[in-house]
Amino acid sequence: MLGSPFFSPTGLLEEFDRLQKQMDSLLSTTWPGLTNIRAGRAGGFPAVNVGATPEEIDVYLFAPGMQPDQFDISIEQNVLTISGERNDPPPENARQYLQERFNGKFSRVITLPDDVDPERVEANYRNGVLHIRLKRQEATRPHQIEVKA
Amino acid sequence: MSDKEIVQRTEQEVSRPEQAGSEVLLRPAVDVYETEEGVIVKADLPGVSKESLNVQVDKEILTIEGTVSLDVPEKMEARYAEVQSSRYRHSFTLSQDLDTSRIEAELKNGVLTLTIPKREEVKPRKITVNAA
Repeated sequence: MLGSPFFSPTGLLEEFDRLQKQMDSLLSTTWPGLTNIRAGRAGGFPAVNVGATPEEIDVYLFAPGMQPDQFDISIEQNVLTISGERNDPPPENARQYLQERFNGKFSRVITLPDDVDPERVEANYRNGVLHIRLKRQEATRPHQIEVKA
Repeated sequence: MSDKEIVQRTEQEVSRPEQAGSEVLLRPAVDVYETEEGVIVKADLPGVSKESLNVQVDKEILTIEGTVSLDVPEKMEARYAEVQSSRYRHSFTLSQDLDTSRIEAELKNGVLTLTIPKREEVKPRKITVNAA
């Protein structure tokens, strides 16, 4: 199924999650409230998923209700920044019952592995998901070494 | 077994398939507002295409369901995920004054907009107070 590496119910992610939580709890007893300086609030807008293959890094930004040209994507020193603004106010004279959807400016920052080639990046926006594909540099890809007789 | 127990049991049995595969359901962020014409619901469903969206009304209950699909390259491993489920679901109860036969739905860039008109007879009317 498409997207299944993120969604498998008993996959590696849960294991990572458990480890992350364990690390967090370990760190927080030593350095209370320690988080990455650029980390956004968990559950903030837009949500981010990151995947990796030997050839590329795939970043998925769940940002519905945008136009492709409304994203500002930049890479500097292996730091990927995606920012934009979503404005979708209710019509005037409307009575508002629920307002959970994000409105306003956003920015998400992702630290990339060192071997990403900033010249070879592609971004696609489809069904409200921004998919950024960042190719790794050729030289650092794992390759087979032939043993000569 | 009392009637109440039977009802509870049935509910449990009915709700079980929803958690099939122990996958957690995502609850989309929604905006709900009302104008003189009707009620408007907006739901964030990023990654859901028109084909995998299901909006239905059954006995005054409006249900929105959708499945996320992403372009995932072969052999990809997940490194980090804030979205860990692929299924969105949210239900609302509707009131009698809404005309469920004329609901309009539009899905654009992952945002679903539902327009639920009020029945003609319940649209607000200005009541003039006559001087005695």
